[in-house]
Amino acid sequence: MTAMFRRIWGLMYRHLALYRRSWPRLLELAYWPVLNMCIWGFTSSFLQARMGNPAVMAGATLLGGVLLWEVTLRSQMGMSISFLEEMWSRNLGHIFVSPLRPFEMVLALIGMSVIRMMLGVLPAMLLAWAFYAFNLFAVGPVLILFFVNLMIMGWAVALGVVSLVLRHGAGAEPLAWAFLFGLAPFSAVFYPVSILPSFIRPVAYALPATHVFEGMRAVLLQGTIRWDHLAAAFALNMLWLAGAALLFTRQFHAARDSGALISIGE
Amino acid sequence: MNAIEVENLSKRYGGVHAVNAIGFIVPPGATLGLLGGNGAGKTTTIAMMLGLLIPTSGRISVLGHDMAKNRFAALARMNFSSPYVALPSRLTVRENMEVYGHLYNVKGMNRRIAELARELDLGEILDRPAGQLSAGQKTRVALAKALINRPEVLLLDEPTASLDPDTGDLVRTWLEQYRAESGCTILLASHNMAEVERLCSRVVMLKKGQVVDQGSPDDLLLRYGRKDLEDVFLDIARDRRQAMPA
Repeated sequence: MTAMFRRIWGLMYRHLALYRRSWPRLLELAYWPVLNMCIWGFTSSFLQARMGNPAVMAGATLLGGVLLWEVTLRSQMGMSISFLEEMWSRNLGHIFVSPLRPFEMVLALIGMSVIRMMLGVLPAMLLAWAFYAFNLFAVGPVLILFFVNLMIMGWAVALGVVSLVLRHGAGAEPLAWAFLFGLAPFSAVFYPVSILPSFIRPVAYALPATHVFEGMRAVLLQGTIRWDHLAAAFALNMLWLAGAALLFTRQFHAARDSGALISIGE
Repeated sequence: MNAIEVENLSKRYGGVHAVNAIGFIVPPGATLGLLGGNGAGKTTTIAMMLGLLIPTSGRISVLGHDMAKNRFAALARMNFSSPYVALPSRLTVRENMEVYGHLYNVKGMNRRIAELARELDLGEILDRPAGQLSAGQKTRVALAKALINRPEVLLLDEPTASLDPDTGDLVRTWLEQYRAESGCTILLASHNMAEVERLCSRVVMLKKGQVVDQGSPDDLLLRYGRKDLEDVFLDIARDRRQAMPA
């Protein structure tokens, strides 16, 4: 194992060691996705019972939306909260004076985000299949591309949140929970972009997730893969990620200049 | 080559000089005490030496590495301990050691952890969460973390603050022993003058971000005509007496 991978693993191990012993922590990861799936699963069952066949496909897109939005949300929170846990335990001082480079810290947080997302979303997917006869894997291999795009968007948002916490300290913490929820209405998670007022549509199309959800509906409703939407999602994600990386680099430098790294979390 | 070289180092926040054009050198294997009252600039200086804070001007070199250009090469060979920076409280002592063993790429990590556990008497608490330890145990664990990579330069910010005299003495004895065995260079910021007299071969006195005096503890006692460093410290802090000409 090279020194770099070992440093990244070191930071991931710090978080994994906590989960090894604490079942409430593990449970908490799956709690909200499963709860969400229960609410929307029953809602979709109710609509199907009342409206018959037309609601079956609508229900499927609804459940697909719930599950895939959880991918974005859990990826973002998995990364932001892993960083906040370092801050809450007043451990950042030790981490930033170790040989761990800032980009290695970001890679470790991304690694934790993937693990936390999988532990959160997989039980919800299983629930959807077992109780609501909805199998997200039926979408086919393109599902992997949906997952990857949504995870990247989550990481970009999380990196933005981490940057603001680095610079502004605990005051920016609520963004870790709130920011992505604010984007949900514009991301076309449960309804197509065409439903949105025309002046909001440019905002919606600037979000990588919108293209994934439009693509998901195309697969579920028409059985076609919209490569144009997937390409747009990837391109936007690269832009978002580059913007977030730039913000992180600048805020990290600003925090080192202002002394915020010394007092972060206080 | 000196282990630490600080030249004309300043840190300014707006119009306030937290550290103002200070300079000192620490030869390999020496222990330097950084003394000063609250707000004198000790923690700011240490933060700049660790790369946590960017200096406004000046230069810091640790083990031949310029901290502005190549801090990670130096950070791998140094370490730091402070009672004001915690270790994750829910991880056990062993897990904390493992985390830092990985971060510092320590070869033979388990052997090193066992070695430190034996030397710092951590055997019985290795599998206890760090948050459940007493202040004395936490200090010994923090010291073990600071020594996990066998540092060539060790920065200690008030290493025995909040310890009872017995534990404080054990820590000081252990630091003396470690320095003698490893040839490690130590920079110590402390308010405990007896500790500084015992451990340090040289002392830098800071006041309002400036070096107001420096020398060996014996030199300072002689120059200020005092019997202990505490009185020298008070003379400087309260502007009571100037050093007598050599």
